[in-house]
Amino acid sequence: MLQPGAAAKVGKMSSPKPADGSYFQLYESRKGVFPKATDGFYRRLKWGIMIVTLAIYYITPWIRWDRGPYAPDQAVLVDLANRRFYMFSIEIWPHEFYYVVGLLVMAGIGLFLVTSAVGRAWCGYACPQTVWTDLFQHVERWIDGDRNAQFRLQDAPWGSQKIAKRFGKWAIWLFIAFWTGGAWIMYFADAPTLTVDFWTGQAAPVAYATVGILTAITFIFGGFMREQVCIYMCPWPRIQTAMMDEKSLLVTYKDWRGEKRGSVKKAKANPGEFGDCIDCNQCVAVCPTGIDIREGPQIGCITCALCIDACDSVMEQVGRPRGLIDYITADDAEAEAKGAETPPTWKTLLRPRTIAYFLIWASIGLGMLFVLGNRTRLDIAVQQDRNPVYVQLASGEIRNNYTAKIRNMESRPREVEISVFGLEGATIWEGGTARPAQQTKFVTHVAPDSVAKVRVFVVAPPAAQESTSYVMQVRGVGDDAETDSEELFFKRPGNE
Amino acid sequence: MAENKYIDEPTGTETVGHEWDGIEELDTPMPRWWLWTLYATIIWGIVYVILYPAWPLVNSATEGVLGWSSRGDFAQEMEAREKELKPIRQALVSTDINKLSGSPELMQTAIEGGRSAFKVHCVQCHGTGADGIRPGSGYPNLNDDEWLWGGDLEAIEYTLIHGIRNPDHEDTRFSQMPAFGRDGILTSAEISDLVSYVRNISGKEKQSASAQRGAALFQTNCALCHGADGKGDRMQGAPNLTDAISLYGLDRESLTYTLTNSRYGVMPRWGHRLDPATIRMLTVYVHSLGGGEASPALEEVAQETLEDIPAGSDGADTADDAAAGGGGEGREDVQS
Repeated sequence: MLQPGAAAKVGKMSSPKPADGSYFQLYESRKGVFPKATDGFYRRLKWGIMIVTLAIYYITPWIRWDRGPYAPDQAVLVDLANRRFYMFSIEIWPHEFYYVVGLLVMAGIGLFLVTSAVGRAWCGYACPQTVWTDLFQHVERWIDGDRNAQFRLQDAPWGSQKIAKRFGKWAIWLFIAFWTGGAWIMYFADAPTLTVDFWTGQAAPVAYATVGILTAITFIFGGFMREQVCIYMCPWPRIQTAMMDEKSLLVTYKDWRGEKRGSVKKAKANPGEFGDCIDCNQCVAVCPTGIDIREGPQIGCITCALCIDACDSVMEQVGRPRGLIDYITADDAEAEAKGAETPPTWKTLLRPRTIAYFLIWASIGLGMLFVLGNRTRLDIAVQQDRNPVYVQLASGEIRNNYTAKIRNMESRPREVEISVFGLEGATIWEGGTARPAQQTKFVTHVAPDSVAKVRVFVVAPPAAQESTSYVMQVRGVGDDAETDSEELFFKRPGNE
Repeated sequence: MAENKYIDEPTGTETVGHEWDGIEELDTPMPRWWLWTLYATIIWGIVYVILYPAWPLVNSATEGVLGWSSRGDFAQEMEAREKELKPIRQALVSTDINKLSGSPELMQTAIEGGRSAFKVHCVQCHGTGADGIRPGSGYPNLNDDEWLWGGDLEAIEYTLIHGIRNPDHEDTRFSQMPAFGRDGILTSAEISDLVSYVRNISGKEKQSASAQRGAALFQTNCALCHGADGKGDRMQGAPNLTDAISLYGLDRESLTYTLTNSRYGVMPRWGHRLDPATIRMLTVYVHSLGGGEASPALEEVAQETLEDIPAGSDGADTADDAAAGGGGEGREDVQS
């Protein structure tokens, strides 16, 4: 890691000059990576995934979904202000956050599944850092030219052309970054309204701040930090080492086939001495993280497989079999090096570990779907006054006071009936209304998609026992037969 | 250093020289931008120390050039809140107290405001649950449906403003029960008969010869204030003796003490200590606790309305609503 030039520049910050005269570097400046354009199966796969993921990201907030007059008509909406999460026909309340937890658990196990089967496929294809870096690199090649042109431009003195190209590139990056941040906020408010508000300066300050921060992060991470994020900042590369085993697919340089490296010319001159690798360095040239895959598996490899594409096209040109660099498991690599038969790829994917991950993942998903299909949209939660626990009335009767929270989780106003069951001689009425002579239920109104906090008074004659258990129930009025109930205790002084 | 150099074979990176079960720690250099973030945090720290209070001194701390303080923040927030509450307070005071129920939102705000004010000014005597701390304590339970001086909104507000038995104040509610025993008005045997009678009409004791003698004594000595039927008189704060609730308890001992020595409570007047809006909030809160009564004036109006409207129309509902008295703790719709 010694760079003479850098060492001289940062000498003051480095350790004291050791006895042997060489400088020991404490800090390393980033080595530029100028990946070369390539084409092939994996490059096209990456294109496809980039288009799909970016399309999902940018288009989703604009999908409309009619929920009637009392709820927003945006298909996917995280309504933080009103604490609701909408996803097509599903509406989630804060107390149902376990669905989100379930999704996160599924995402986690999904990552385990993918990693144990196909290694760092997430890193190589679907991670936003990878997708946006890839997009930015395409822009870079479009403005600056391919790898060699980029080298030349890097070393060129600052002239009008370099300034124009640099600012042109940064402008396009900023434009993309801005739209990235702009699309993000659309998930948190009605997209068309927010767009108008945003451009007329009416949106909330937090919207501008979010766009600003995300624009800056996208610009810096995608344009400048790039592989540094993967190598130094992201925990996933560390976790994935624990998730992978010798049966996970890895981008592997088949050294038993490639070594010893030598050019086509040399190989022709000395047949039998050299392997298939012609040492053309194309695998290094196309690598977006600037590593040499021939050094073996390493933390810098995000398994984007672009080196496979590059190597395959070279092998084709020189008339040697493809797959010198290929997806292969560590076990198979060992077997193949020994000349043994290797099983087909699908067999390495189907093994107890991946099947177990899949079953856990699928059962959580099915379980959530089942719960989701059976949940009620009317709910009662009653809290009894504890101070005082009961009130003695002039007539000698005992009154208990409650606060009932009636949750109407449907986007329509509802009339609901609150009733008492199993308390002899009980009379129930709503706070704010006069006490009726005798009544075991009353009807109250709950606004659409909201919680009504209803004060409830229950009176019953005195009795010997201190505590009588009974049930308070809420029920939709008319055709709306949804019910929910809570078991309560009626408290008395006792010993009457 | 040179002689202690350990090099990791596969990577060629220097190691720090430690080894645990064959695992070595490579001494990979930190990225340079990482160093710049460290410098950035140092600069941030210096700027912060200049702008905000930072260095502790003996009795205080450096003030910072922005002059920020948490106390100032608090004052600002309180001021903003006061400003926000001002129109609500004004609306509360300017609305007829009996018509408050017409605006449920204002009502709810008043109840919540009253709840807070109650915790500051009233809990010392009435208890945190407004239940008079315990039965027989002498402090009225405000949750029940018995009122010494009236339980409609106007009566409660009057009591709050003028207090009870404030000697320095003309409008205060005032009454005093004679100390029948101590002042020699009645003999202890007569007092015992009266106790029997009072316990009899409140359902604590069966009819007895003593109670019958007490009945006669009651008509001559007590009926003037407590009424011939013992149901009390709110004009004088004379309690209803026939119901299940009593301020000091209904056992013989307690009643004998009250008849012998006389007992009464004092409540401070709050009219000159709290602003009218807070008084009104407290009124509505106390009224909402479950025993609030409909305003008599309003009931008359409702009755008249009822008579004006032909039977079978919606008039009955109106009357019911009016009789509900407005009060009571309503409900609120929240999104959470």
